[in-house]
Amino acid sequence: MSDASLHNVTHENEAQFGDYFALLKPRVMTLVVFTAFVGLLAAPVSVHPFVGFTAILFIALGGGASGALNMWYDADIDAVMRRTKKRPIPAGKVTADEAKAFGIALSGISVVMLGLATNWYAAGLLAFTIFFYVVIYTMWLKRWTPQNIVIGGAAGAFPPMIGWLAATGSMSIEAVLMFTLIFMWTPPHFWALALFMRNDYDDAEVPMLTVTHGRRATRNHILGYTVLLAVLAIATGFTSIGGIFYLTVAIVLNAQFLWGAIKIWRRDEDASEVDNFVVERKFFKLSLLYLFAHFGAILLEAGLTRYGIEVL
Amino acid sequence: MNFPKEHELHQRRKGRNLGLGLVLVAFVAIVFGLTVVKVSGDISGAIAGEVGR
Repeated sequence: MSDASLHNVTHENEAQFGDYFALLKPRVMTLVVFTAFVGLLAAPVSVHPFVGFTAILFIALGGGASGALNMWYDADIDAVMRRTKKRPIPAGKVTADEAKAFGIALSGISVVMLGLATNWYAAGLLAFTIFFYVVIYTMWLKRWTPQNIVIGGAAGAFPPMIGWLAATGSMSIEAVLMFTLIFMWTPPHFWALALFMRNDYDDAEVPMLTVTHGRRATRNHILGYTVLLAVLAIATGFTSIGGIFYLTVAIVLNAQFLWGAIKIWRRDEDASEVDNFVVERKFFKLSLLYLFAHFGAILLEAGLTRYGIEVL
Repeated sequence: MNFPKEHELHQRRKGRNLGLGLVLVAFVAIVFGLTVVKVSGDISGAIAGEVGR
């Protein structure tokens, strides 16, 4: 770059540190950090606190790297959608190529560092997660099938499994159950969002279920997945990561979640438009609490087991 | 002694450069901390092995 071109940079659009941080999708990272942390602590082995901290940090960084690569590839869609048009690339703060380089570099660093800190099985699964999110979901499924959210949800479901693998170095049914909990939770969570974000996905021509099969089918799907999720979430309570606290939380929240899904299923578009999708918005908010509370309960049960406290 | 005047570009990118500097320092600290933990773990493991023999 010559001196002349350096001076030509648009000053008000100069990327700041926060813009690069925003490429990592910090809100998604909080979910990754929390669920990976639970996976790591729920495992029946103790991990050195510093190793545990490093593992969580690099799992989160790997998640962030895949977020940056997603923003690079989806810059055209992001520019159209109301929810995403202020992201660093459509806002003109960071170029798409910069985001790509940033994402690739961070992916490499996070995988290698996780491997060095814990084991190469965990690092391999992190690498696969990044590949799954960027290539399978972002590049392939998202623009091709209305099942994008269902299969793509696996990418967000891997972190507790990686945490478990980082601690134990092996796979188990409990890790698979934690994976399945997030996997089954993702579709109703995103379809509720798609219902009240209405035209966003239409404008971006993303084949969301609301666009391809209609809003009635989406409401049916939300109910179907919520029923399956409830069965799975409560069944998890009877495994080694469950317990009385987990079961209590699971029963209360799944009853609420199911009731919310039934209300969404019974409503039609006219009723939703009258109150500006209040039921769908509530269901979406509840879905966030739902996941945090379930993993919080697993964490609590792990703490009780670790310190030998028996409740019942 | 006269210091050359700081270029406007450096002022504009100060926050970004400071942030990157802090990230690099944190990275070095993590690698160092990890090395200490791993090496002391290996040493205590080796000692336990010797004692058990």
